[in-house]
Amino acid sequence: MSELATTPTVPSRTSALQVLMPRAEAVVIPLVALLTGLIVFSLFLVAVGKSPADFYALVYKAGFSSSFSWQNTLSRVAPLLLAALCVALPARLGLVVIGGEGAIALGGLAAAVVGVWLAGAPSVIGFALMVVAAMLVGGAWIGAVGALRFRRGVNETIASLLMAYIAIALMNHWVEGMFRDPTSLNKPSTTPLPPALRVGEMPIGIDVHWGFAAGVLACIASWVLIERTTLGFAARIAGDNVRAAQVQGLPVGKLIIGFTALGGAFAGLAGFFEVAAVHGSANGSLVSGYGYTGILIAFLARHNPLAIIPVAILLGGFEASSGLIQRRMDLPDATVVVLEGIVFVAILLSETFYGRFRIFTAAYWAKP
Amino acid sequence: MSTSADIGLWGVPLAILGGAIRVSTPFLFVSLGECLTERSGRINLGLEGTLVFGAMAGYAIAFQTGSAWAGVLAAALAGTVFGLFHGWICKFRGVNDIAIGIAMMLLGSGLAFFFGKPYIQPVAPDLPAIPLGWWSDVTQVQAALQINVLFLIGAAFSVALWWVFKSTRVGLTIRVVGDSTDAARAMGLNPDLVRLLATAAGGALAGVGGAYLSLYYPGSWNEGVSSGQGLMAVALVIFARWNPVYCFWAALLFGGAGALGPALQSVGVSQGYYLFYAAPYVLTLGLLIATSSPNRALEGAPGELSITK
Repeated sequence: MSELATTPTVPSRTSALQVLMPRAEAVVIPLVALLTGLIVFSLFLVAVGKSPADFYALVYKAGFSSSFSWQNTLSRVAPLLLAALCVALPARLGLVVIGGEGAIALGGLAAAVVGVWLAGAPSVIGFALMVVAAMLVGGAWIGAVGALRFRRGVNETIASLLMAYIAIALMNHWVEGMFRDPTSLNKPSTTPLPPALRVGEMPIGIDVHWGFAAGVLACIASWVLIERTTLGFAARIAGDNVRAAQVQGLPVGKLIIGFTALGGAFAGLAGFFEVAAVHGSANGSLVSGYGYTGILIAFLARHNPLAIIPVAILLGGFEASSGLIQRRMDLPDATVVVLEGIVFVAILLSETFYGRFRIFTAAYWAKP
Repeated sequence: MSTSADIGLWGVPLAILGGAIRVSTPFLFVSLGECLTERSGRINLGLEGTLVFGAMAGYAIAFQTGSAWAGVLAAALAGTVFGLFHGWICKFRGVNDIAIGIAMMLLGSGLAFFFGKPYIQPVAPDLPAIPLGWWSDVTQVQAALQINVLFLIGAAFSVALWWVFKSTRVGLTIRVVGDSTDAARAMGLNPDLVRLLATAAGGALAGVGGAYLSLYYPGSWNEGVSSGQGLMAVALVIFARWNPVYCFWAALLFGGAGALGPALQSVGVSQGYYLFYAAPYVLTLGLLIATSSPNRALEGAPGELSITK
């Protein structure tokens, strides 16, 4: 949107600032909002008698200081990147889809079931079919939200969250029934995947599984799709003005279903990695809130897939430090949730400041 | 004299009826709050967070003061604060009320879990119930007709709210603001103020719904106290066509769906445990699909409401 509005109107001699400043708005405002959120959270900590300096030092220590902490952070980032795409892609069409958690749960279950079924097959085929199954199930689940929105006018926010509850119930039902490994007594799980179908670590010196690379690639691919293809352009038009898109003859229904399904497929892929790289089977651990943190990440990144990468690393670090903060500072584990809630409100409130500052306009920097 | 064996399978509908009354009360309060807010033209998805915080605040204050009613009052006050905050943020240009609701859901539950940690163990006093089943010897009938006072207050309030919308100046003001911001301005009303107050009142009601959860049924405070009632109530209001009296019946229906799982479990049906617990979500989704339409605005929907535009 801002790119369109700020097309240079000055005929000649545009300075660097004239080009840069209008683009800087979309970076500066979210950063200021993030900082404001962190300051408000610091005041909150002071109010409950804790030291913000200790808090941020612990976040740095547990999330970003050593190879071990980076390992801890980046292994959380993989599902967060994919879950955030499940929010960001539909958001480009103006849809607020928040049910990624359900697609992660069902995608993970599908991968586990297919993996066990293909235990004897060559691992290339096994992996391929597990990924396909997870992405198909996740895509169908969130794609259905898009279809309901377009065909029946059902509000996608409420429908997707309801479907997340239903998906988690289905996953639990099947994990404890049909697909249960009889030997999993305390924690009902599916049969463990054969070692050949476990996803390993990337050869980068620290133990981070391939899901991180897949998540980064998915973000880059999504950015190309949205910013550099006709399809993405059509989706952005439909997101800005549905009527205008329909008048232009754009296939709004197909765009809505396609983008929601793609987002769901990425969430399903997150479920695949959680099963194949982390847990080794599908069980209740699939529901650990990545889908909900993904919502916050997508909004913080303003639904820009490339911006999702640094934001997910930041929040992955915060979540990775939760345990240490709990032990060292005697704070409840919900502390990070409070922080996330405050930052979320700050970032949404900052939406009101777009277009209010003249220094972000090309005209301000134009030479007289 | 009578035991559960005597009435056999009749225990199931009876347990569902009793359960519907017990389970529906939070639905009722949140949906009335949401109805009030939405009639003013704004949606507050954050009532789920308000509900959870209300449950915590109500429980904590009831434990500290020894009075369950003080807890209910505290929950209402906390809900008002959340509502005021939501209403204040949403008045700024470019701020999306649905997204703010999601953020408030996160913030409300985060704050509730943060401050509620010390109250997971202690036992707070319960809200009183009226034994309307005194005439029967059957224990299940007596259990089903233990009606909590808050349920009766909620029922009365739904009729009162319906009357306010229909025949009072306050109700008319809220409806005008909800149907057209421009018309309201032309009448000299301040839409932002009306919405702020409607959202605050809606938050107070949601807080009371939360206090019911922790102080009566299930009757304890923990992090899983709410199972999405605050969110389902939003869908319930759509189904009830923004009519407070319909909200009452819809809440009973949702309560019945929520009581299905425990009722079947009580007679020994353990297969499909998770599926029965998902019944309210399936019911909500089914009703949403059945009552929505892509071509026309929903009947009875406030004109300024973002979810139905």
